Amino acid sequence: MTPRSTRLVLGIAAPALALVAAFLITSLVLAFAGDPIGDVWAQILSLPSDRGYINIVNSATVYYLSAVAVAIGFRMNLFNIGVDGQYRVSAFAAAVVAGEGWLPGYLNTVLALLAAVLVGAMWAGIAGLLRVTRGVSEVISTIMLNAIATFLVAYLLRKVAVSDPGSNITSTKPVPEGSRVPGIHAFGETATIYGLLFLAVAVGIAYWFVINKTRFGFDLRATGQSETAAVASGINVKRMIVISMLLSGGVAGLVGMPLLFGNDYAYGSTFQSGLGFAGIAIALLGRNHPVGIALGALLFAFLDEQANPLEILLDVSPQIVKITQGVIVLTVVIAYEVVRRYGVRLEQRRVAGALHEEVAA
Amino acid sequence: MSMVADPTAGTQSPRPKISVGWIYLGLAGALVLISLLRIVTGAHDLDSSGTLRATLVAAVPIGMAGLGGLWSERAGIVNIGLEGMMILGTFGAGYFGYFYGPWQGVVGAILLGMVGGLLHAIATVTFGVDHIVSGVAVNIIALGATQYLAQLAFTGVPGGGSTQSPSIDKLPTVTISGIADPLGELEAKHWFVVSDLAAVLGALTSNLSVLTILCLLLFGVSYLVLWRTRFGLRLRSCGESPEAAESLGINVIRYKFLAVLVSGGLAGLGGGFLAMVASSTYRDGQTGGRGYIGLAAMIFGNWRPGGLLAGSGLFGYTDTLRLRGGGETIHGLLLLVAAGLVVMAVWQVRKAGRRGAFITAAVGVAVAVWYFVTESIPEDLTGMTPYVTTLLVLALFSQRLRMPAADGKPYRKGSAG
Repeated sequence: MTPRSTRLVLGIAAPALALVAAFLITSLVLAFAGDPIGDVWAQILSLPSDRGYINIVNSATVYYLSAVAVAIGFRMNLFNIGVDGQYRVSAFAAAVVAGEGWLPGYLNTVLALLAAVLVGAMWAGIAGLLRVTRGVSEVISTIMLNAIATFLVAYLLRKVAVSDPGSNITSTKPVPEGSRVPGIHAFGETATIYGLLFLAVAVGIAYWFVINKTRFGFDLRATGQSETAAVASGINVKRMIVISMLLSGGVAGLVGMPLLFGNDYAYGSTFQSGLGFAGIAIALLGRNHPVGIALGALLFAFLDEQANPLEILLDVSPQIVKITQGVIVLTVVIAYEVVRRYGVRLEQRRVAGALHEEVAA
Repeated sequence: MSMVADPTAGTQSPRPKISVGWIYLGLAGALVLISLLRIVTGAHDLDSSGTLRATLVAAVPIGMAGLGGLWSERAGIVNIGLEGMMILGTFGAGYFGYFYGPWQGVVGAILLGMVGGLLHAIATVTFGVDHIVSGVAVNIIALGATQYLAQLAFTGVPGGGSTQSPSIDKLPTVTISGIADPLGELEAKHWFVVSDLAAVLGALTSNLSVLTILCLLLFGVSYLVLWRTRFGLRLRSCGESPEAAESLGINVIRYKFLAVLVSGGLAGLGGGFLAMVASSTYRDGQTGGRGYIGLAAMIFGNWRPGGLLAGSGLFGYTDTLRLRGGGETIHGLLLLVAAGLVVMAVWQVRKAGRRGAFITAAVGVAVAVWYFVTESIPEDLTGMTPYVTTLLVLALFSQRLRMPAADGKPYRKGSAG
């Protein structure tokens, strides 16, 4: 094999290995609990329904934004655990702005999106500022900010909530009809794909472009790989930390937007939570690469969707795929390391072999 | 506690040693202050024996999670999987507690917590996975696993369901009968300091679950083991400088592995306490982020057991006041916080410099303004207290905090060369 194709095979081997390991571990858990392993996997690995495909694309859209937000930090060696809090604060702020409807039609939508980005960036910026001015680890500060966000949003929601009589769901004012983002029809189903799917795609392209094709992206990757080298080449590391936290938070602010403008039309106590932590897992799975993340997001969304009917069909809790997803996080990191070491050994052997031939000739 | 013979204390900036006497003095001062505040505001619930008993119940799980964090981070492994290990502990207590009995429940909580610890240890110590990544994974897996197992274990069981276990039998409680009644009478008189003292003693001598006593003992045991034994010194050296430890012949991998296992067991016990003492069932979402509060309490306490105890007490106290409908009570505490911050600012001008002092004073004034323009603090905001406190402590005192030097750093055997 040529070195190039070897690298390609190794690159695919790592995630494949990780998935197989996660598959085996999940099967062990199923066996231990006495659930039908074969039937569970037959359901999860079956082809989704038309409706299922739409749901998968929709939840993958949301996962994708969350994972890109985490990945921006990762490229810089920053651990933004706070995507969870950032997207919830932002979704609330955007829902309030959109609900007020200060501007007509789509101008209102754009305003709300801007508000989401701004609020998310500010919330993450607190962690960035604490890191550069006071040396506080962003891991700890974002964990604290997540919890603060939960209480703050609950408090503010109670202040602005409009409650329907006879319902105990509190939520913000609904987004006006004209500001909602229409969905994309597919397979002749009534359910639609979020229109903001294009926003996620645009964010992915912008992420790829900024990281790989701009001076800023170069500085960011350089700082992530070696802070001392970055300082030596004149990069202002503190400034880079704050900017990348702001960018990460800004993207995190968009996470709730497809839900807000395509599904819920308001922020309420039932708004989907926990998306930030899934984003961490998916960013790791996709190795911070825009296409890799997309595949990871689709995989996670696929597992979620396919596990849903388990409860009714087999009386097995759909939470089993959460175990799979969590295990994937670990196995993928371990598999990349194992494969990397193996690749290094292969390379050493190849060079040694070539040298040997040269000496013999 | 005395920290005289601590070889890891570092050489920079000699600090005044905190002795046992100072701690007693501080506690007495706090009691007088609270008593004064109680008399001034008339909020007698500030330190009634009921409040204090509830505080103890709220503080113990936080403290156990924090103690778990302490063990693991002292050995150099950052553990944000505490929340997940605690969740496993709540289920362990629910499952073994219901099907086998309360003491088996305690053991089950510890064992399931240790399973979480084992996962974290294999990932971080054996395979060298980033500690934060592994912690996030442990949290995801633990939540999924307990929800999956709970559905399996408790659906169809009378009184149980897919998110809840049936009621678990109570562990025995301890009441020193001769003392409790007179103390109660004394407390009801609302005298300055005397009644407060009676409330403290009352809370500690009646209706005390044996598990509470066990957990409090574990604090002392952890301190003694980690700071007063050869084993503890070696364990902490793995968190300060694993290469140096290795060069002295210590099996660093084994110490780290063991520390993370103990960490999981303690966090699991904290979860078990939630299911068995703080309530009497396993419920989905019971931990409510207490693993993270435990982590916060440990950082607040500067990676030391005494500080951790103070941190969990403080966080447990604010949590209790919130749950006892104490919007007004906590409102009274605001004045205390404001005064404290201003005093600290004055002290900072002399010691640390103007900028820090200015920030502290500004925060103090802001809190005072808040006190005077509002009547009560909404429940949602009081819930933030532990997190905001920790952020403030980190922001204001980050220079004085000292985590283990090699905390969170990857270690591979043979790196000492």
